Amino acid sequence: MLLVALEHDRGVLAEAAREALTFGRALAEKMDEDLEAALIGSDDEELVDEAGRYGAEVVHTCVHDVLSDYGPDAYGATLAQMVTELEPSAVLACGSDRGNEVMAQAAARLDAPFVANCIDVTPDSWTMTRVQWGGSLLEDSSLDADVALLTCGLHAVASEPGGSVDADVETFEADLDDSHRVTIVKDRTVQEAGVTLPTAPVVCGGGRGVGSEEGFAQLEELAELLGGRVGCSRAVTNLGWRPHSDQVGQTGTRIAPEIYIASGISGAIQHWVGAMASKHILAINTDREANMVVKADWAVIADLHEVIPAITAEVRRRRG
Amino acid sequence: MKILCCVKRVPAPGAKINVTADGSDVDAAHLGFTTSPHEECGVEGAVQLCEAHGGEVTVLTVGPPQAAEQLRYAASVGADHGVLVSTDEVGWDPQRTAAVIREAIEVLEEENGEPFDLILFGNESADSGGFQVGIRVAHGLGRPIVNGIKGIEVSGDGSGAGTVTARRAIDGGFEVYELPRPCALGVKEGLNLPRYPTMKGRLRSKKLEIRSLDLDTTPGGQRRIRLHRPAEQVSETVILGEGPEAAAAVVDVLEELGVL
Amino acid sequence: MSEFPTRANVVVIGAGIVGNCLVGHLARLGWQDLVLVEKGPLPNPGGSTGHASNFIFPVDHNKEMALLGEQSANQYRDMNLSVDSGGIEVARTSERMDELERRMTSAKAWGIEAHLLTPAQVKELVPYINTEVILGGFYCPTVSVVDSLETGTVMRKEGIEKAGCKVFANTEVLDLITDDTPRPNSRRKIKAVVTDKGTIETQYVIVACGVWSNRIAAMADTYIPLVPAVHQMADVGPIDILAETNNEIGYPIVRDMDTFCYERQSAGSMEVGSYGHRPILHHPDEIPSNEEAALSPTEMPFTPDDFDQQMEEAIELMDMLGDAEIKYAINGLLSLTPDTMPCLGEIPDVEGLWSAAAVWVKEGPGMAQVVAEWMTYGYPRVIDAHGADIARFYDEEKSDEHIWARADEHFNKTYGIVHPAEQWESRRHLVESPYRSRQEALEAEFFQARVWERPQWYNSNADLCERYNLSPRGVEWDNRWWSPTTIGEHLNLRSNCGVVDLSAFQIYELEGPGAVEFADRLAVNKIDVAVGRSIYTPWLNADGGFHSDLTMMRMAEDRVRIVTGVFDGGRDEFWTRKHMPNDGSVTFTNLTTEITTLGLWGPNAPQVLAQVCGHDLSQAGSPYGSIIPIEINCAAGGDNRTVQAHLFRISYVGDTGWEIYTDWSNGPALWDALFAAGQELGIRPTGGGVYGTSGRLEKGYRLMGAELESEYNPLEAGLARPRVKAADFIGKEPYLKARETSPEVQCVTLTVEDQTDSAGRTRHMMGGNEPILDLNGERIVDSHGRVSRVTSAGYGPSVGKHLLMGYLPTEMATAGTELQVMYMNELFPVTVVGPGSAFDPDDTRLKS
Repeated sequence: MLLVALEHDRGVLAEAAREALTFGRALAEKMDEDLEAALIGSDDEELVDEAGRYGAEVVHTCVHDVLSDYGPDAYGATLAQMVTELEPSAVLACGSDRGNEVMAQAAARLDAPFVANCIDVTPDSWTMTRVQWGGSLLEDSSLDADVALLTCGLHAVASEPGGSVDADVETFEADLDDSHRVTIVKDRTVQEAGVTLPTAPVVCGGGRGVGSEEGFAQLEELAELLGGRVGCSRAVTNLGWRPHSDQVGQTGTRIAPEIYIASGISGAIQHWVGAMASKHILAINTDREANMVVKADWAVIADLHEVIPAITAEVRRRRG
Repeated sequence: MKILCCVKRVPAPGAKINVTADGSDVDAAHLGFTTSPHEECGVEGAVQLCEAHGGEVTVLTVGPPQAAEQLRYAASVGADHGVLVSTDEVGWDPQRTAAVIREAIEVLEEENGEPFDLILFGNESADSGGFQVGIRVAHGLGRPIVNGIKGIEVSGDGSGAGTVTARRAIDGGFEVYELPRPCALGVKEGLNLPRYPTMKGRLRSKKLEIRSLDLDTTPGGQRRIRLHRPAEQVSETVILGEGPEAAAAVVDVLEELGVL
Repeated sequence: MSEFPTRANVVVIGAGIVGNCLVGHLARLGWQDLVLVEKGPLPNPGGSTGHASNFIFPVDHNKEMALLGEQSANQYRDMNLSVDSGGIEVARTSERMDELERRMTSAKAWGIEAHLLTPAQVKELVPYINTEVILGGFYCPTVSVVDSLETGTVMRKEGIEKAGCKVFANTEVLDLITDDTPRPNSRRKIKAVVTDKGTIETQYVIVACGVWSNRIAAMADTYIPLVPAVHQMADVGPIDILAETNNEIGYPIVRDMDTFCYERQSAGSMEVGSYGHRPILHHPDEIPSNEEAALSPTEMPFTPDDFDQQMEEAIELMDMLGDAEIKYAINGLLSLTPDTMPCLGEIPDVEGLWSAAAVWVKEGPGMAQVVAEWMTYGYPRVIDAHGADIARFYDEEKSDEHIWARADEHFNKTYGIVHPAEQWESRRHLVESPYRSRQEALEAEFFQARVWERPQWYNSNADLCERYNLSPRGVEWDNRWWSPTTIGEHLNLRSNCGVVDLSAFQIYELEGPGAVEFADRLAVNKIDVAVGRSIYTPWLNADGGFHSDLTMMRMAEDRVRIVTGVFDGGRDEFWTRKHMPNDGSVTFTNLTTEITTLGLWGPNAPQVLAQVCGHDLSQAGSPYGSIIPIEINCAAGGDNRTVQAHLFRISYVGDTGWEIYTDWSNGPALWDALFAAGQELGIRPTGGGVYGTSGRLEKGYRLMGAELESEYNPLEAGLARPRVKAADFIGKEPYLKARETSPEVQCVTLTVEDQTDSAGRTRHMMGGNEPILDLNGERIVDSHGRVSRVTSAGYGPSVGKHLLMGYLPTEMATAGTELQVMYMNELFPVTVVGPGSAFDPDDTRLKS
C-alpha cells in the first residue's frame, strides 16, 4: 500500500495534497499497490471525498486533542505511528514546507531514510530522481529501506482527479500526550501593513534609466498598487535619487520577490547579484541587448515612462 | 545564552551549475564556496541574540577540512567558537550527517556541563536540500524543533529555563510557535539581513582556534547515484511588446503569478 | 536585431572598452561595414572592463604608456565621462621617496601637473590618512576616474551611427577560418569568423577579447601572449566621511605604493585593490562562462587568505577601514603580458588578423585609436607604438611557459620600483649562444635582449678598474645594473682592442630576381650597389617616419642580406614579409641562428686579425663598408680548421675594426683564434655597455627605439643623405616633402656640465625620458607636441663627460647652447655638442 499524507490547514485541503495524490496515484500504479491516504487532525467528510476523487481507496483519519492545529511534533509522531501500524510499502507527501517537515519528523522517529522532492520514482529498484539547487540540478538516488518515505517536488505534477472511488474511512487512534504539544502553532498573525524590500512579493526596481529622483514617482505608484516596494540600482543611490536602503544588489539588499519589475536597469552584475533570487523577472528597457533584458523571463522594449503608467492604468481597470 | 549554529559549506555557483564528469558532485573547480544562505542568517540571528542578551555563539560544521573557511567567516561576523567534524568523502547522506552532528553536540554539551539553549539549523541546505538533518538531530537530542523560522525572540536573557518564540511565514502572515528551552529551530533566509564581516573582523577570525572532532558512523539508506543537469530549457526572454500597448500583456503575467 | 550578416569588411570581437572604442575610432576614420560580436550581454559583457577600478594615473616613466594614458584620459573627458579626483602616491620608505622624485621628473617630461607633498599636506587632502606611516606623497591633480562601461556604449553608438556598425551581443565566436594556401611570405590570410549565430566572411578581424584573447587567437592557430591574472579588490563600507561627500568620488585616490595597494572612494565605500598578493594566474579555458559565474566571468571567487596582509596594511594607513564591512570582494581578472606592454597590431602569421589585447581601461580609448590608425594608415599616427607592437615577440616568448613565468615575476612589480635596466630572473638563455661557456668562464654579466643573452660586461675584466683607476658610482640607484668594469673595457678598446659578441644580430636574406628591387622599395638609401658593398639605411613607414634603421648588404647579384638589432627583429621580419611580392620573384630566409657575428675593434684590431687571416686589411684592401669573403686560420686558438667568414668593415663604437660573420658552428673556433692572436695586443672580451652605450654615445650613433621612432624623420635624426635615389621606396613622398624645409628639430648630443646634486652626490642620468629644459626650467615642445627629452644617456670615458642624446629645436641644436636636464627632480646644467659626435668627430680613428 502507498500511503499519501494529506496536507490541510484547519480543515482546508491544500493544493499540495492534491498534487501528492496525483503523483501518488501514478506511483501506486507502478507499484501495483493500493493508494490510501492519511488525514491527520481532521475527519472532514469533504476532505475524505476529495481524496477519493483523486483515487484514495481508504482514508485513515486521526483526530486528537493535540492535533487541533498544526504542530510538527504531533503530526510527525502520528504519521510515524500510522506507518508502524498500517505497514505501507511507501509513504508520500508533497514537498511543501509542512510536507517535508512532517515527513522528516516521521522519518526521525522511525529512524528511516527520507528522500525529499522527488520528480520521478522507480519503485522496482527504489531509485528516484530528485531536485537539488532549487531545480538547477537533478540527483539520481537509491533508497534502501523497509518503508520508502518520500516527498514529491512541489509542482512536480499538476493536480488532476482520477481513479475516483468512494473512499472508505478508517479512524486511527494516535498515542499522543502533552509532550507533543510544545510545537503546536500558538498564534497566527496576519500580514503587517507595509512590506519590506527583502520580503516584498513585488519589487519595482529603477535604474539610471529612470532619469531623475522625480521619475521614481511612477514606480512608487505601481509598487503601492501591487503591495510591493521600490528598489533601485547602485547608480541611482550614487546619484542621490534614492536612499541606500532601497538599493538592490551585492552591496545593498538581496531580494526574492515573486516578480521583479526592473525598469531602466542595465543589469550590472552588482545589481544582478541582489536580484537573481527573484522568482520571475520582467525587464522594461529601451536596449534589447541589456543584460537585464537577456536574463528576464519577460521584457518590454520601450521607454519605462510610457510603459509604467500604462501598466498602472491597466491594473486599476481590471480591479475595477 | 549559549547558541549553537550548524552550517554547511556549499559552492557558490552562477546560473548554470556544472557536474563532474562522473556525476558524483558539483564541479566546483572554479567556484567559490560559501555558507548555505539559510545558515548564514542563522549565524547572524545567533550573534544578534547574544549581542542583545549576552552569551556565546558556537558554529559547527561537518565537511571537508576546507570548511574551516566557513567557521572563520562566522567568526568574522561575531561567532565565538568553531567546531569542525572533518569528512574525507563527499555527499554524506542525511542520516549519517545527522547522527554525527548529534554526537558532536553531545560531546560539546558534556564538556560544557549544560545544553545549548538554542540550536539553529538552516531549513535546508542550498546544495543537497534534504530538508531533514536539523529535525533528525533535534529528535535524537529529545528537543523540540520547528522549521521555516523567520523571527526569533527569547524570554528572559535566553539562558536556562524559558521559552523561545519563533515566527514562521505562511501565506498572508505568520504562525507563532513558543518552544521551551532548550530547543532547536530551522531558520530561513529573511530572518534577518546578515552583516558582512568587517576587515578587523576578518583579521580577528584568523585567530579562531578551531576545535576538531573525529566522528563518524554508518551510512543511512539514501545513496547518491549521480548528479545531472536537467534537459536544457531554452530560456528565451519573451518580449511582451515595444510600447505602452504591452501593458495588457504585462498585467496578464501579474495575474498569472497571483500578485495582482 | 538586424539579420546576421554573411559578409563584412571588419569584424571586431569583444565589446569591452577596447572593442567598443575600436568601432568608434574606425568609424571616425571612415571605415564602413563593421560588425561587432560579443559573447556576453551588453552593456557589461562580463569581461575585465565591467569590474575595472576605472582610474587613470597619468604619470608613467614609459613614453607610450604615459602618452596613451593621457590621450585616453582626454578622450574620456571629451565624452564627459570622467571626473578629476586627483590622486596621491604615498611613500612609506626612503627608496619610495626617491621613486617619487623620479615620478616628478616623468611628470615634468610629459607636462603633467604634480606636487611632492609632506605627510601633513597629504592629510589636508585625505583627512583619514595615518601620517605616521608615510614619509610623503606624490600628488597629481589630474588623476581621473572614468565610466568605462558608458564610454563603451557611447563609442559603440558612434560606430553604429557613423559606420552602420552591426552589433551582436550574446554571440560566441566558435572558430576563425584562414586561407592557408602557401605563399612566399609564409603568411596565412583571415577568411571568416564562425559564430553560434552564423559565419561572417571578412578581410579584417580584430581580437579585442581581453583575458580571452589568446583563446580566440588559437582558433586561427596563432598566439597572443597574454595571461589572465588575478587582481584582488574589496569594497568596504559604508564609511560616513565618504558618504558625506555625496559623490561617487570626493577624495583623491591613494596609492599605497609600498604595500602595492590602492584605496579609491566609491560613493559611500572604499575600494581597496591590491597588486601585493601572490601572483594568481589562470588559463583562459578556466574562466567560467557568464552562466557559470557566480558574479561575472572575470570576477572570480575571492580568496581571502591572499588579501589578509594587504588588509592589515590598509587599516594601518586608514584606520577607519577596519570597522567597515567587506561588502563585495573579488579575484578580478586582468591581462598580463611577458614584458608588461600591450599586444597591438596585425598578427604576423595571419594577414588581416589584428590584436587589440592586454589593454587596461586606463589606456583603452588611446590604444583603440592606435589600432584603428594602424589599420588605416599602415602605422599609428598618434604615437610611435613599437613597444606595444605584437610583432615584437619571438617564438620563445609565445608560449604558456614563458608568459606564466614572466607574469609570475612581474605581477608584484605593478606598483614596484623598477630600474630602467632591471633584468628578468626567469626564462634566461632561451637561445643558446655559441660562446656561452666561454663567457661564463669569463664571468660575463648577461643582459637579456628579448630572448637573447648579451654580456653587458665581463667581471674577469675587473683588473681594468685598477689599471684605469675606476670606482663604482656613489649613488646605489645609479650604480645598479652597472659596473665600472664597463668603463675599463671601453678604455681598453680605445687603446688596444676588444671583442664583442654580436650573435643576437637578426640576419635575413632576400634572394631571387626581384630581391634587389624589393630591397630598394624598403630602404631610403640605394641598395642596387656593387656586390660586396653595404648600405646603412632607414626604413620608413608610409608617413615618412622611422620604421627601422639597419644594414643591408649586397651579397650577390640577386641576394641581399638584412642585419638588424635584436629588439626590432620581429618587427623588421614582419615588415619585410608583409611587403614582399608574392609572385615568387623573392624568397625570404631567416639566417639568425645559422650565422654568428663577432665584433673586433680598437687600434690593435688590424694587427690581431692579420695573425689569423691572409687578406690585405688596409683601408684599401678592406675599405669601410665593404664585405669581403675570407678564410680564417683558427690554429692559434687550438682548432686546426680554416673557417669561411665575411669581413664587414664597420664600427658602432668609434674605433677601426670589423664585424666578422661566420657559420654558427664556427663561432667558438673563431672566438678562440681571435683571443689567442690578441693575447699580446691587449685584447679583451668587451660587453654591451661599450657597444650599446659608451662607445655608441661618444660617436652619437642613433638607436632604433631610443632616438629613432616613427614620430621622427631622417632629416630630424640627421640621417638624410645629400641626394635621394631615383627608385621608389616606402615613405618616399613624405620624405621628399620633408627635405623641402629645414627640420624643426634635430637629434643632438649633449654633455652634462655638472653632475653634482643638492646633496653633493654625483648623479648619472639613465636615458629614461628625463626632460631637457631651457634655462628657465621650462619644457621644450615643438609644434607637433614632441617634447625634448633624454633618449639615451651614459658616461663617455674618452670625452670625460656624461653624455646625453635627444631632439632639440633646430635653433637650439647648435654647439654651445646651454640648457638643463631634470633627473630625480633636480636640475643639472647641460651643453649641446651638436648633431655630430662628441668623440673623434672627423672619424679619423675609423679610417686609420
